[in-house]
Amino acid sequence: MDSELITVTIDGKEVKVIPGTTVLEAARTAGIHIPTLCHHDDLCSEALYQQTASTPHQGEHSHQHEESAMLSTPSSCRICLVEVEGLPRLHASCALPIHNAMTVRTTSTAIRHARRDILELMMSEHYGDCFACARNGTCELQKLCADYGVTSERFGRPHEPLFEKSAPGNIIVRDQNKCILCRRCVRMCALYQGVYALTTEGRGDHSRIATFMGKEMKDAACINCGQCINRCPTGALTERDDTESVWHAIEDPDKMVVIQTAPAPRAAIGEMFGCEPGTPLTFQMNTALRRVGFDKVFDTNFSADLTIMEEGSELISRLYKALVLKDNTAALPQFTSCSPGWIKFIEHFYPQYLPNLSSAKSPQQMMGAVLKTYFAEKNGWDPSKIVSVSLMPCTAKKFESARPEMDASGYRDVDYALTTRELGRMFKQAGIELPKLDKSPFDDPFGTPTGSGVIFGATGGVMEAALRTVLEIVTGEKIESLFDHADIKPVRGFDGVRMAEVTIGKVGPVPEILSHLVPDFEWLKGVTVRVGLAHGTVNAIRVMKDIEEGGPLSKCHFIEFMACPGGCLGGGGQPIPTDREIRAARAKAIYSEDATYVVRKSHENEDVLRIYREFFKEGPCSHKSHELLHTHYKERV
Amino acid sequence: MDPKAVHGFVGNKLSFSEVTPRDGIRMAAEMAAEDVVAIIGASGLRGRGGAGFPTGKKWEFARSQEGSSKYIICNADEGEPGTFKDRLILTDFPELVFAGMAIAGRAVGAEFGILYLRAEYGWLREHLDAALERCRAANTLGNNILGASDFSFDISIRMGSGAYVCGEETALLESLEGRRGDARNRIPFPVQAGYLGKPTVVNNVETLAWVPCIMVKGPSWFAAMGTRKAPGAWLFCVSGDCKRPGIYEYPFGTSLRQILSDVGAENAKAVQVGGASGTCVPPAQFDRTMTPGDLATGGSIIVFGAGQDMFAVAENFQHFFCDESCGQCIPCRLGNQRMLEAIGKMRKDGLTVDGERNVRQLAQTMTVASKCGLGQMSARAFLSILNNFSGELPGHV
Repeated sequence: MDSELITVTIDGKEVKVIPGTTVLEAARTAGIHIPTLCHHDDLCSEALYQQTASTPHQGEHSHQHEESAMLSTPSSCRICLVEVEGLPRLHASCALPIHNAMTVRTTSTAIRHARRDILELMMSEHYGDCFACARNGTCELQKLCADYGVTSERFGRPHEPLFEKSAPGNIIVRDQNKCILCRRCVRMCALYQGVYALTTEGRGDHSRIATFMGKEMKDAACINCGQCINRCPTGALTERDDTESVWHAIEDPDKMVVIQTAPAPRAAIGEMFGCEPGTPLTFQMNTALRRVGFDKVFDTNFSADLTIMEEGSELISRLYKALVLKDNTAALPQFTSCSPGWIKFIEHFYPQYLPNLSSAKSPQQMMGAVLKTYFAEKNGWDPSKIVSVSLMPCTAKKFESARPEMDASGYRDVDYALTTRELGRMFKQAGIELPKLDKSPFDDPFGTPTGSGVIFGATGGVMEAALRTVLEIVTGEKIESLFDHADIKPVRGFDGVRMAEVTIGKVGPVPEILSHLVPDFEWLKGVTVRVGLAHGTVNAIRVMKDIEEGGPLSKCHFIEFMACPGGCLGGGGQPIPTDREIRAARAKAIYSEDATYVVRKSHENEDVLRIYREFFKEGPCSHKSHELLHTHYKERV
Repeated sequence: MDPKAVHGFVGNKLSFSEVTPRDGIRMAAEMAAEDVVAIIGASGLRGRGGAGFPTGKKWEFARSQEGSSKYIICNADEGEPGTFKDRLILTDFPELVFAGMAIAGRAVGAEFGILYLRAEYGWLREHLDAALERCRAANTLGNNILGASDFSFDISIRMGSGAYVCGEETALLESLEGRRGDARNRIPFPVQAGYLGKPTVVNNVETLAWVPCIMVKGPSWFAAMGTRKAPGAWLFCVSGDCKRPGIYEYPFGTSLRQILSDVGAENAKAVQVGGASGTCVPPAQFDRTMTPGDLATGGSIIVFGAGQDMFAVAENFQHFFCDESCGQCIPCRLGNQRMLEAIGKMRKDGLTVDGERNVRQLAQTMTVASKCGLGQMSARAFLSILNNFSGELPGHV
């Protein structure tokens, strides 16, 4: 019975749907637009089901119910109201599943009036001017008010702020004067990230989005992933704006301002300039950055490759320690360490596993460290005059760059970490129409484009890059003999938790660069290397639980964790909106860019090999590289 | 504290005093589940919480759900302003309520019940726990109730935390599960997926107390008490400007005038029927009857005497809703706040044509667009006062 389709009539159009489909979804199928505010495509039940599907840890029954209760849309904004024939009142189409044939109207005077009243009610406690808001132009409330002709102030407007703004020092900046309590942030934080930093507090007119004990975000157990910002329909959540500081540095004739750009923003920044999601603008962006006034434009792919060299070597060392020396302090599985949201997450919630984290810094920090040492020396620049800026898809990178330990060279590795949104605004302020610019390359000595670095931007990318390098080094054979075109497809995709394994058949000689770490690779012959992947920290929780219970993930040797859904391409600093389709388009751009590059393996990046020849002479995981390229972590409450 | 110390005046003889709960359970124990549902259905018993949903129908929905884990919840979160009958029932007839829950369990196939007790009734907890122990000792609760091998049912008491909205059944379920009391989307209904996602019957205290009475005395006895359309009787809580406030049992169809005469309030200026979310009735309408199609009621009757400022009354109710909205949906959370401001302005400056149009439109939106009954009902009292007492506003000609 249940598999039979049900016919619903929406605004006179007949649609056949699977039972349980919401009226909102059915209307979309029919090409009928129903406005929404508290609904987000990432937070509808189907998306949430996919996000948590195929996980090894199934959880106990009550946990599942807990989730299913959270899964249900709050239908709190009531904007998506429709009329259903035979039912009194209006009904939120986002929360109305279709189980029987029904006739629905999505527009009528009653509906229009209700929607306009709801919008005016929202505005009745909305303090702040649109023109002075970071979301001016991308605000969903602003757009609906325009659509519904909210021009009057029948229910009044606040003439002074009802809430204080976030205190300085927060990376996630809240302005509750603009909050409509749609709870998208709360649900995102709970359902995708498992962090629960935000919650709804108070009843009636005391209702608000709050943190534990009303703490500032910087003091709360928040991982700075910025997923809340990316889901906020208004300007109630934004990231700290560092653009003014960067403009000042650019204007300062005494400073050399260099920027590194991560792969994920390149696949997304076009969205801010009217391009379809998944339009790569890597080389147009280089031109734009020079026009804006950056003295050098470097590719974070270089330091991504450097990360693979360090992290991959660390993995080989740990495996040797565990498998040959039988040393149980090897702390396997090794966890990746390039996602700063994930780092803060494990520091808060699973500090007992900090030894498992790779000590390798993230590509952003490695690039910063190398810039103010190797690059400065090589070019005769005074490191104290270098301002190191990064373009990241990420709000947590702001936190990472400010970590006190990130200054082994005597200078901050990275001075300012900009999000994709911030840089997009800078381009707009400079009058740059990004898609129309000519292409130009990155600057040397960190300019070789490599596919292994590019795919860091997608979930599974770090693992794929690491496997390309580690397997090739260990087996002495081209990775293409194991995986067509070096595409390691088993680690790709969007399932929340994934696993893959490769058995090492033959081994080759230890290359010179690693000879200080292991005497040979004979011990790896016949070993099945098992890897795991998780993205969205709620899936990290699943992995950690599985490890604690001795499940399949505890048998892994290496696990990639990305704090954000989809990996960096879905980062909290990326253009708004972000949803599944947009992430998939960005991923496609990233993987197709990878496919076009000549160099697609970190250990073949000439710039990387050069820095080991000229600077980190003792090779990866040696004394000097440890000093500059590795770090440590701490437990947080 | 002795529960009887806060008893309240009982104005007439209550049917509940004529029934031994054990007899009702025995009858159910000897009957097939569908027959129990049929008896309750035939009686025409409707929910006493205020919405008036037919109890037999609710049970039948729950009974037809698959799965063995089902729950019976007694909604004892009596919070509607002006109601105190559930408190009296829990004080004087707790075993009747527990019997009703056990019979409901028998009818729908549930073995576990929860009584969700209003936070402010915490002092009844000990008294109720003792009554539960007595029931267990008498085997009217527990395993193989009264010897029936397929009839097991037990009850635990859980405390509310002081939110009015948790009397709304889906918010109550959220609260029971340890989350904030926010109303859920009503598809699925609790009978399909309620407590812990399992089929759940949520019934009011009084509804459940009637159940064993109907079992013992028969559905026709119950139906004979009211009118053909609205069978049965109801407990009314009368408060306010009257000589004999208290609890009265009346059959459906009783006129408001009759009640006012019984309680000594013949000269009332207005009567609020159904609590804060009910309607305010002017003297010209005192001949209306207590019937679901006419004056629907959650059992609360608040009498206002000649000296009362009716817009102060409206303001008071609206203030209550501002506090007690769960804060989730916009029409309720913000609608009530703006409505309260509008009433304040109206009391100060009188009513303008624009002002009246705006509040009526706002009330309409709150009614049709709110997520749960709280918001849908919260403009009713004010609207009925506006319709009947606008002459009391300043500047009125």
